[in-house]
Formats: sequence, C-alpha cells, structure tokens
Amino acid sequence: MSSAPTSAPQPPRGRGPLARREARLAWQLLAPTLAAVSLVVILPLLAIFWISFKPVTLADLRPPAPVVRESLRGSGDKMRIEYSLRNSSQDQTVSGVVLTDTLPDSLSFNGQPEAPCVADGPAITCDFGDIEGGFRTRVAIPVTGQGDEDALEAAAEGSEPTITGTAPNILTNLNFSLKNFARVFDGSEFWRVLGVTLFYTFFGTAGALVVGLFAALLLDRSFKGQGILRGLYLFPYVAPVIAVAFTWVTLFDPFSGSANALLIRMGVSEGAINFFGERPLALIMVTLFEVWRYFPLSFLFILARMQSIDTDMYEAADMDGASPFQKFRYLSLPQLLGILSVLFLLRFIWTFNKFDDIFLLTGGNAGTRVLTVSVYEQAFDLANIGAGAAVAVVIFLCLTIFSIFFFHVMSREEGL
Amino acid sequence: MQSLRTGYLTGAALGVLWSFTMAVTVAVAMSFATGDGFRPGIIGFILAGLICGAGSVLVGRWGAVALGVALYALLTFVGLPPVRAEAELLHVVLTALFGGAALGLGMAAITGGLPSSALTRHEFEAAVIRFLTGFGYVFFTAIVVIPFYVMVMTSLKSQQALLQNPLDFSLDLSRGWGLFDSYRELLTKYNFGRYLMTSFFISVLTVLITLAFSIPGAYAVARLRFRGRTMMSRSVLLIYMVPMIVLALPIYIGFSMAGLRNTLFGIVMIYPVTTIPVALYMLQGYFRGLPAEVEEAGLMDGLSRLAVIWKITLPLSLPALASVSLYVFMIAWNEFLLAFMLLDDPSKFTLTRGIASLNSSEIPRQHLMAGAVIATVPIMALFLGLERFMTRGLTAGSVKG
Repeated sequence: MSSAPTSAPQPPRGRGPLARREARLAWQLLAPTLAAVSLVVILPLLAIFWISFKPVTLADLRPPAPVVRESLRGSGDKMRIEYSLRNSSQDQTVSGVVLTDTLPDSLSFNGQPEAPCVADGPAITCDFGDIEGGFRTRVAIPVTGQGDEDALEAAAEGSEPTITGTAPNILTNLNFSLKNFARVFDGSEFWRVLGVTLFYTFFGTAGALVVGLFAALLLDRSFKGQGILRGLYLFPYVAPVIAVAFTWVTLFDPFSGSANALLIRMGVSEGAINFFGERPLALIMVTLFEVWRYFPLSFLFILARMQSIDTDMYEAADMDGASPFQKFRYLSLPQLLGILSVLFLLRFIWTFNKFDDIFLLTGGNAGTRVLTVSVYEQAFDLANIGAGAAVAVVIFLCLTIFSIFFFHVMSREEGL
Repeated sequence: MQSLRTGYLTGAALGVLWSFTMAVTVAVAMSFATGDGFRPGIIGFILAGLICGAGSVLVGRWGAVALGVALYALLTFVGLPPVRAEAELLHVVLTALFGGAALGLGMAAITGGLPSSALTRHEFEAAVIRFLTGFGYVFFTAIVVIPFYVMVMTSLKSQQALLQNPLDFSLDLSRGWGLFDSYRELLTKYNFGRYLMTSFFISVLTVLITLAFSIPGAYAVARLRFRGRTMMSRSVLLIYMVPMIVLALPIYIGFSMAGLRNTLFGIVMIYPVTTIPVALYMLQGYFRGLPAEVEEAGLMDGLSRLAVIWKITLPLSLPALASVSLYVFMIAWNEFLLAFMLLDDPSKFTLTRGIASLNSSEIPRQHLMAGAVIATVPIMALFLGLERFMTRGLTAGSVKG
C-alpha cells in the first residue's frame, strides 16, 4: 500500500473477492446435486400438481397417434407396396397426418400411386389430413422391381415410413378441472381413509417409540453379548421389507399359518383368525407390524442419547437416595425428552408417508387403506391417474403442515 | 403397602409373573421345535411361580433351579402341569426340565440377595426392574427371532408338510439336499441368480453415484461459506420428507413417455436421487466434525480446494464413507416401490421385484419364503460383518425407513 491511510484503519466490509470465489466454488460443488434433485423431486412435484387438475387416465399416457404398417404384395405387374394406416385411438381425432417414405433403389414406380399419395422422384408423400377415431385405411403404390422377391420385400419393408400427426394431448393442454378433487373428497370414503391413516401413523409411531425406549433401557448396560443382542434387535429394520412382510403374512395365514395353529393348540382361540382380513383386526396388525419393524430405529437413537448422558448426575442421585424408578422418572426421562420429541415428529412424518408395508401386507383391504395406498389404487387399479395425483397432493399438503411444525420444534431442540 | 413389601411376598408375586412368562415361552418354543401341542396350565404355573418365587429368597441359585425342576416334575406328576404337553414322554420330560430350570434360574436372578423380611424401596424396585429386564430379553428375542425362524424353516419344508401341521418346523433330515429344493428351483427355473446379480450391480452403482454427487455437496455445505448455506442444509432434510409414492406417480408417467420404463438404466438413474439427500446430510455432519486446521494447512501448502478434498478430507472420513455406503446399499437393496412400478419385464427384475412376482396362489409358499431368505441373507451378512459402521451410519443422519 503506497499511500498512508488518512483515517483510522477500518475492517473490510462486504464480500471480498476471496469470499466470492469460495461461494462460487460452493455452488459449483452443489450444482450436480441440485440439478439431480430438482429433476427428480421438484419437477415431479410440479407435475403432480399439474396432473391433479386434469382428468387423466392410464390410457391417456399413450396419446392417440397414427400407426402405419408397410408391406410389399403381389408379384410381376401386380406388385405393389401397401400402407395400412389406422388411428390408435378409438374416439379422438388426429390432425395433419402425413406419411412420407422413400422407395429403395431396387424398386421403381409402375404408374400413378393411389390418392392421396403422390410420387416425387423416389419419394412418396401421402397427405391424409385429419383422421377420426377408429379410422383405418389402406393405400397401394404399384411398383416394379428386378430380382429376388424376398430381397425386394426386405428392401421395401426395410425403409421405414415416417408418419406425423398431432393429437390433442390431455397432459399438455390447458384445460383444468376440479373433477379429481371432487371425486377424492366425495362421500365418506376419504374421511375414513384419513382416519385410518392417522390411527396407523399415531399408534405406529408412538408404539415404536415406547417399545424402542424399553429396548434401549434393556441394552443400556454393558454385559457379555450386548453387541450380539443389539445386532439381533436391528434385524427387523435391516431386512428387506418385502421379505419380512411376506413372512408375517405366512405366519398369520388363516389356513396354514403357524400363529393360528399355535393359538388353537394353546386354547386361546376356538377357530382360525383371519388376522389380515378382518376389520378392525387388520388395522391393528399392520400397526403392530409398523411397531415391530421400526422399534429398532427408535432404540438406536435413544440408546445413543442415553450413553451420552453424564453419569455424575446418577451418582449424585444415588448419594441423595433416589430409587431406580425415581432416577428414571426425574433424571433420564427429562434428558431424553428432546430426542423423543424429535424422533416422534420425524417418525410421524415418515410413517404417514409409508406405502410398502400396508401394500404388501393387506393391499389396503379390510379397512387398512391409508392415503398412500389410496394413491396407488386410484392411479393403477382404477386407472385414474388424475384422482391418484389429487390424493398425492392432499398428502403433500398434510406433509407441509407437519414439516413446518417439525422445523418449529426442531429449532428449539438441539437437533439431529 | 409397606407391610406387603416383604421378601417372600415380592418373590411370590414376581414368581407368578415370571412363571407365566416362562410357561408361555417354553410352550411356544417346544411347539415350534416339535410340532406337538403345548399349552400353559394356569393352576400349574401359578403354583410353581408362588412356591419357587417365595422359596428362591431362601435358597441360592442352584437351590432355586433344583426347586423349579422339582416343582415342575411334581406338578406334572399330580396332573397340574405348568406346561401341558400332548406329546411323547421324552418331550414331557424335556419340557419339565427346561421349564423348571428356566423358572428357577430366572427367579434366582430376580430375587437374588433379597432379605426375607421387609424390603426397602430400593430393594423392591431393583427386584421389579430385574424382572422387567428378564421379561424384556425374552420378549424382544422372541418377537425378533420367531419371524425369521419361520421364514427359514418354511422355505425348507414341502407343501404337504406345511398344510398338514403348520406348527411342525422339525426338519426331515432324511431328505438330505432335497431340503433345499425350493432354492434350487428358484435359482434354476425362476431366474433368481440373475436377479441377485441385477440387485447387486444396481446397489453398487447406486452407492458409487450417490457418493460422487453427495461428497462435493456435503463438503460445500459443511465447510464453505456462502449465502443460503443454512437454507441448503435444511432443505436437504425437507426433501427427505417427500413421500416416495408422491414422486413415483409422475416418475412413472415420465418414464412411460420417455421409454425408460422397464429399463435398468432408468432404475439406476432414479435410485441415487432418492439416496443423495440422506447421504449428503450424513456426510456434512461428519465433515463438520473434522478439524479445519488440517485442511487449511493443505491450502497453505498450495493445494487447491479439490485437491484438499481428495487428499485430506476423504482419507480422514473413510469410516463415515463406509457407513454411508452401507446405508445407501441397504436402501437400494431393499427398495421395492419403484422397482415394482417401473419393471414389468421378468428378465430385468431386481430381487425385491422378483419376490413380489412369487406372491401368487400358483406358486407354493415355500418358494416365496426361499426368495425372502435369498434377499435377506446377503444384507444380513453384510450388516453383521460391518455392524459397527452400520449402527453409526444409522444414527448419523437417518431416521428414515
């Protein structure tokens, strides 16, 4: 610095070139992730909002289009190329249908092609205009050719005709309707599904938390085999959901299930119980499955937190003569409250989102249809994608409310 | 209340509860092991519990075991068995032996060292806690082991044997290698060998792609200062909360239109994106914990940022990378929804999709269970071998299932 500062030296303000460079590098490092995530998360989310306002069915995924098949028929003078053309849709018009093709070198025109086709050099152009739903036609182009007929046929059919035409695509036009939402909210079905979802979510989450807390209390001591037991208790979570879900179905099968055989032999029940087929038992069973499958997660987190609690406090409590239950009630529980509430909220959200478990156990039958299963059922079993998307939007809105609440709580608790 | 808290009464009360637990456990275990009928006998286990519980306060551990076995033998002999067995003599004797020993051992541990006179609150609660602990071990082990036991044993049985007696899981060892018929058929007729390879390759690719994307991202969020940094680390968690089924529907539509459905390329494209957010979240937590001074030293010595990441940060965070890789591998291996929706062509199935296709009334149950075992064993082996990493990985950033 050549000139002396005229005033007292000031710390630099704003962002210097170094800070800017750092920020630029950060965004560069984040760019691939951002791109991928927006492609697969943000874009589909927008799409689902868009679709939910449109009466789309599974069949609409293939928009109506002209379909053409080319074949070489006859021989000698009667030799001709035939195009058979049809509209893939039965009820929608495809407009501006134009077919173009090129004759292979080994073939040449033999007179005028049938209307509406015209020949131009080796090229054929057929303008069909608008074709209605269910339209089919056949045009013949008389040709001659030298040589082996099979080779000619292969040559003729080898040059694929191109065909263009525009059809109204329900996914991209600008007609919106509220029909999907009307359908979703129509009648008591929706509220029943919502009720089932909340029951499953609340009791599944709370149950997993309580059972997990119990398991953590068991393992919060060091003894021989602690590691083995901890690993063993994680099995339900680590195993593929499809494997354990089908095992439960097999175990509780009304005809050949071991659980029923056991209960009958023990004299607990008179006849076979259809665990996954009766209301309200099926709902209780899927909730129990949820508790069984996810208690390991709660137990891991609670155990991790327990082992970080300072032992001094317990020693002090011992000096003061606190009993074991008092120590749990007045020392451990308050310490664990933070992780318990965060776990509850997070698990609540994820249980709310759960699809696989119920879908595999009951398929949503016997009063176990939750919102997520409802999405699948509307979209694929009933082939009404629009209605499925509308349910998905409802799920997303519920979730937004939960997430706002979650971040509100989490900013208070020292978090995960 | 105070007067009730004597060693005898506490012992007797806990004895009845423990006796009930053990009677049920022994009955269930014997049923599953032999296929015969075993049921707890109410009067029997109450009597056994009362006497053994009260007696265990007086005698030592081996005394309690002897007492338990003697009680079981006596009660069974007079026709009030704690565990009623409709089975051959050998099994009845074994039941009495196991039941009595379990009752006695448990009671000795629960009431060990209790005085027979009035108890202090400490002694009383400690005994209750010891009972709850014992109950907890039995309960949790049972609920975890029984389904997996049923899964493995069902896969080794034949169709008729299953229908004849669903409880009988004893193995017919005379069948020799025939026990594994279901597996052989799955691997030869149902293409499961191929599904295994597909699942393995897809999972490994998912791990690699996830790491390639999330390492730079996590480093940026953890170390570099830029506007929107907090927002970024939060929205990562937010994305993690979007339900898969909501995304699966538009992905299905998009893939149908783009012709990516029924291709493994499409699956490999979509799986990493579902795992990148969680991997990023886990890694950034770890990167934050690394000392920044080491990296600054590297910068001073003329390394570029990227070289610092490659030469300093990554070698230091190998354990975290292992955890994340394992966790991502597990997610990809177990993934069901997307594979189920996007793959229809049996030659391109992943393992989970292959098992789903076995769930029909024409295919015998034991094939389905064998499929479940094939899918479970590799991930379990990996998990048990690397349990330490897995546990850390699970607690590091994921509460998701």
